[in-house]
Amino acid sequence: MYLADGRPAPSPSVSPGGRRDGRGRRVRAAVPSTVLVLGAVSLITDISSEMVTAVLPLYLVAELGLSPLGFGVLDGVYNGVSALVRLVGGRLSDGGGGRGHKAVAAVGYGLSALCKPLLLMVHTLPLIGAVLAVDRTGKGLRTAPRDAMISLAAEPAARGRAFGVHRAMDTAGALCGPLVAFVLLRAAAEGYDAVFTVSFCVAVLGVVVLLLFVPGRALPAAEDTAGRGPAGPRTPVRALLRRPQVRRLTACAVLLGLTTVSDSFLYLALQRRLDLPAGWLPLLPLGTAAAYLSLAVPMGALADRIGRRRLFLAGHLVLLGAYGLLLAPFGGGAGLVCGVLLLHGAFYAATDGVLAAATADAVPEDARGSGLAVVQTGQTAARFVCSLAFGAAWTAWGDHTAVLAAAVGLALAAALSARLLRPAAPAPAPNSPSEHTP
Amino acid sequence: MNRTARLLLLLAAVLVLGGVAVGATLHAAGRADRKDRTQAGGPEVASGPVRLDDPRHGLFRNMAWGPHRDEITAVPEGRLTGPRTASGVRCLRFHAASGTGICLQAVHGELRDTYRAVVLDNRLRERRHYDLAGTPTRARVSPSGRTVAWTVFVSGDSYAGTAFSTRTSVVDTRGRHLDANLETYALTVDRHRVRAVDINVWGVTFADDTHFYATAATAGKTYLVRGDRSTRTLRALHPNVECPSLSPDGTRIAYKKRIADADPDAPWRLYVLDLRTLRETATAEHRNIDDQAVWRDGHTLVYSLPGDYGSDLWTVPADGTGTPHRLLSAALAPVFSR
Repeated sequence: MYLADGRPAPSPSVSPGGRRDGRGRRVRAAVPSTVLVLGAVSLITDISSEMVTAVLPLYLVAELGLSPLGFGVLDGVYNGVSALVRLVGGRLSDGGGGRGHKAVAAVGYGLSALCKPLLLMVHTLPLIGAVLAVDRTGKGLRTAPRDAMISLAAEPAARGRAFGVHRAMDTAGALCGPLVAFVLLRAAAEGYDAVFTVSFCVAVLGVVVLLLFVPGRALPAAEDTAGRGPAGPRTPVRALLRRPQVRRLTACAVLLGLTTVSDSFLYLALQRRLDLPAGWLPLLPLGTAAAYLSLAVPMGALADRIGRRRLFLAGHLVLLGAYGLLLAPFGGGAGLVCGVLLLHGAFYAATDGVLAAATADAVPEDARGSGLAVVQTGQTAARFVCSLAFGAAWTAWGDHTAVLAAAVGLALAAALSARLLRPAAPAPAPNSPSEHTP
Repeated sequence: MNRTARLLLLLAAVLVLGGVAVGATLHAAGRADRKDRTQAGGPEVASGPVRLDDPRHGLFRNMAWGPHRDEITAVPEGRLTGPRTASGVRCLRFHAASGTGICLQAVHGELRDTYRAVVLDNRLRERRHYDLAGTPTRARVSPSGRTVAWTVFVSGDSYAGTAFSTRTSVVDTRGRHLDANLETYALTVDRHRVRAVDINVWGVTFADDTHFYATAATAGKTYLVRGDRSTRTLRALHPNVECPSLSPDGTRIAYKKRIADADPDAPWRLYVLDLRTLRETATAEHRNIDDQAVWRDGHTLVYSLPGDYGSDLWTVPADGTGTPHRLLSAALAPVFSR
């Protein structure tokens, strides 16, 4: 499907077995079925959750007559909770010799599915907030074990592409969700109950696909360069951080996260800078998502060739380019908007799945979930701090100076990260960027 | 479990879940269809000519089920429960004064619904329109009919994720000057200039074409502000005031007040503030009010409460006496001639 059409396998390196089995088989050799199934689960789940996200403001205002102001504070709290839950999910899932990943992910997906019918039963803002909090808890729980399963199923040399495929499928679902919701609302005016019920059914289907088609124990695809070993199944966060690779990667994720301006701020700065019609604001995230969707797989493959940490850094330079465009003195217009959104999407494509792949390189198999959670939580927390700081800077100095400050900070963080991530001599081959622990 | 068994299970799940999903959609579609049919015992609604400057009629958004649902509708001032005349113009929010109307309406697009603000002339014909960035919530016209204002909820503005904020615009219908976002006005609270990103402004009520009152919120507090379009300023006058509505003589503000010890799900009560003494009077309406009230005359307030068909209009004296009573069922966004 997506892959088979878009990425023909490079023929010289295809094994005779792959060739004999034809195109579909070759693709499978590059992207394991477990990754495709997990991608499908994410795609289905994102359709479900984005359906709800798309109609929630309308539902609150038009149907329940609530004023959705004040939601923002709660939302920030939920995101914090979600980051903490992710650590718990990662830790829990590493138990059971690899069986834990699927179980914890299933609980996470299941929790979010259950929230959809609950939304129909609650009619006040605090209760709706509580249901959404449970939904985020589910999301927090499932993220780390899911990424652990992807990393364990993919061959280390093709891990970047595996994550790229997963993120592309995930984003495709996120783009479809609002469309499905609006088609439903077209068929049944004010049919919010239909939207929530269909969203529930879609979410349950995602759980069913997960339970039926994801193997209980994700077998390592090949020799895992991160090494098996000394970490043990109950690796606490501290022991993980004692590994230099993990420590450096986390430090870079945090450093760069501290200068990564949140999406909504970026869109708002773009809208104000160019004086876009306000009606465009809701369309801007679609531009980023489209660029992310189309670039995730090629960027993942590129990461496998030139090194994941290198591309992760390069991705942040692309973001720096987006800041630069925002600061550019010339007038702008549609071209500038497209440029910023393209760079923004390319930044996500070059960093999101790529960071997970780079983390997998550095974390032993039996602590994969915890390791992914540690790095990603560090990044999320840093981005939240950045949001608060950026908001304060915007207040004090205006948006232009705030973006300028973020750009300078990002350039410094990137320079520092480039030093931190420089491979220790002797340099490892690009396909196995992790160091071999003795 | 082998592959065939898993595929069969998946097929079964798809069939069951698909059945539930289709059933829910058909049920909702059927209910939507019912809303297009006239309900038994409901008000009588017929289409006909509607004018904005007819002093003998009150106007509102008709919420009664039937083909004229959501249309701007007129009823005789003397007999509000009498037959309704529907204009054919559908609005989510509506207000009018001196022959100018403002209608915030949904535009059903191919991929998604959008919203626009339409300035209407005396016979409800479109004079011009403005695309809106979010979900409509408040609309007002100045007494002379020259200046209009509206508020929408916008998502994606906040730095804490998928949060909501408001955006309020004011436009001169003759000069065409548009202030797209009142947050760009200079806000002062206790003589101090406030420069925060989290400022929100909503619920304009006009004194004249240049001066207005509105709610401004920042750092979790709301204020009644007096706005001036010529100096582009907002000055805070009084705390804890939302959705103000200026009395016809310009001396009092009816508003939603957030009550500290109330149920947090339903915190707002209807109050009246005397602008000279800044003395607050609680009205006899003790239920939660989430609406921008209108003054029917110098001493009577009209506001909406949830009803069987979405919203009913209720009325209560502005001086704290009397009891609330239902004025109109299945109606929203009323306009009474002054």
